[in-house]
Amino acid sequence: MKLPVKSLSILAWRNLWRNYRRTLIMLAAVSVGTWAMIFMTALMRGMVDDMIKDGVANLPGHVQLHHARYRDDPSIDNSLNAPSATLLSALRQPEVVAWSTRVRVPAVISSERDSRGVMLIGLDPNNEKSITDLANNIVTGRYLTDSDDNGIVIGVSLAKRLDTRLGKRVVVMSQDPENEIADRGFRIVGIYKAKLEAMEETTIYAARNTVQSMLKMGNQISEIVVQGHDYRDITALTNLIKNTASHDIEVLPWQELDSYLGTMLKVMDGFVLVWIIVVFLALSFGLANTLIMAVFERIREIGLMQALGMRPSSILYQFLLEAFFLLAIGLAIGNIVAVLSIKPLADGIDLSIVAEGMAMMGAGSTLYPALYLKDIILTNVVVVLLGLLTSLLPAWRASRYNPVEALSKT
Amino acid sequence: MSAISCKSLCRTFQQGDVAITGLDHVSLEIDEGDFVCLSGPSGSGKTTLLNAMGALDKPDSGEIIVNADRIDQLGKAQLADIRLHKIGFVFQAYNLIPVLTAQENIEFVMQVQGIPAAKRHKESLAILQEVGLAGVENRKPSQLSGGQQQRVAVARAIVSKPTLVLADEPTANLDSHTASQLMDLFVALNQHHHITFVIATHDQRVMQYAHRLIKMQDGKIISDESVSNIN
Repeated sequence: MKLPVKSLSILAWRNLWRNYRRTLIMLAAVSVGTWAMIFMTALMRGMVDDMIKDGVANLPGHVQLHHARYRDDPSIDNSLNAPSATLLSALRQPEVVAWSTRVRVPAVISSERDSRGVMLIGLDPNNEKSITDLANNIVTGRYLTDSDDNGIVIGVSLAKRLDTRLGKRVVVMSQDPENEIADRGFRIVGIYKAKLEAMEETTIYAARNTVQSMLKMGNQISEIVVQGHDYRDITALTNLIKNTASHDIEVLPWQELDSYLGTMLKVMDGFVLVWIIVVFLALSFGLANTLIMAVFERIREIGLMQALGMRPSSILYQFLLEAFFLLAIGLAIGNIVAVLSIKPLADGIDLSIVAEGMAMMGAGSTLYPALYLKDIILTNVVVVLLGLLTSLLPAWRASRYNPVEALSKT
Repeated sequence: MSAISCKSLCRTFQQGDVAITGLDHVSLEIDEGDFVCLSGPSGSGKTTLLNAMGALDKPDSGEIIVNADRIDQLGKAQLADIRLHKIGFVFQAYNLIPVLTAQENIEFVMQVQGIPAAKRHKESLAILQEVGLAGVENRKPSQLSGGQQQRVAVARAIVSKPTLVLADEPTANLDSHTASQLMDLFVALNQHHHITFVIATHDQRVMQYAHRLIKMQDGKIISDESVSNIN
């Protein structure tokens, strides 16, 4: 007969507190380990989230639509017509927070002193406000006012390279659909600052209608950018757009548009698991030692229980339950402390002292810890599963004692 | 009818390169309701025989039958079931579970047997009263005297109504007064519940209570007599 779980639980619980000092020390280790797993994961998640949000807000949006050949050849020849009625209907669905059309072509920008190859983006300034951070990143001058604005916005680094400044004129040259040079003079109305210097040097912004007019492309556009509610969950949004877009239009989520950012999210998931396992491995030595000592101290009792008719499997379960109680209490404390220590940091941790380093990684100087339920669940599941696995050896040894030898131990 | 039957039991222990004979072709039959003492010097094989009869240890060869069940070829789990339902143990060192109260120690065996809580509670209180320990049910072993602890151990051994109780030097840690009280209890239980007692002991006073005295030496039975014959 097997001892009922309730009886085994009572035995395991009381045995756990026989050597309360040892139990308290192990509890402290499990709690601190759990706290470290959750707290550090929240910090790392916060940093990666910041990098991805910034990356997504830079230009990609959540989903983009292009001509099927545009990504291979981003020339004016691979443009799209204005959105069809079906597509417009999809873009009015609740999954869509905002959308905008853009013209995006390679171009050359020239000041009086220098020239640079850049990507010219013609956009609708008002629609873009819900999608990109460009309006907030203007450090000198102003943002574009509407789709017919005649001004241009360039980056701080590009302005330095071209040795130009706000209010000066520049000439932008590209190619029209007839393969003829299309050029236009623009006055610099705004200078923006981006987290990545390369972005500042290579991307310039003008109003969409103005760019379409310069390139003689009528109402054609290079891309449609769509913003959903959450960058982590855009499957429904992508499917909605895919189902309504015509076959010659390629619909891509941000992870595929910017594979670096997409990979970062996957790498982060893997890194969190590795981090939790590494911290647990350090804990596991203490846990195994605690149980080995508990078994060693109670060999005679184990023999007695066997003599009284308790099956080896019940003895194994009793020690596993003891380990489970230890882990459960440690996890509960660790979870509570982690949540309580993360909540006050919701307004962000000021990392301005290492702002340059953070900027190089594409992250801001304020770190906002991101506590996700899935990370808490992962931590608890990993600790319980690996904890029980670690406890299995001492518990198994306890269940295999010969009762006569165990009873003769002093 | 036999409570236990042993045929040609052999058991050898290996200590380094030396083989020590624990049992050397021991055969005996003990009837139901008997009160038997095993005596002999240290190393004579008393405890080894007790362990073999109690399904705690397996003989190298020979046959053991407890209440018509042959136990020498059973696996660990089956032996555990035999111990649980048919055999009660009383040890020299009381061997109570220190984290359980007196009543919980008694109920432990019934819990393993799967007896419902209400019945366990009722029977454990009754047995505590029978062994003279009414009122100490909520005390832990560390709060009981040696004699009280041994009485709890006896109560635990008989509460599951085994046919056989095996006691290994049950009075060794007790003063003479407590030891005689314990033996009186054994005799009462033997008479009232018809439980078979087999007691391994050095203690001459304990042997006086026996109906049958088996003397062992070097793993062999050297004499097996009823007490009336000895007297």
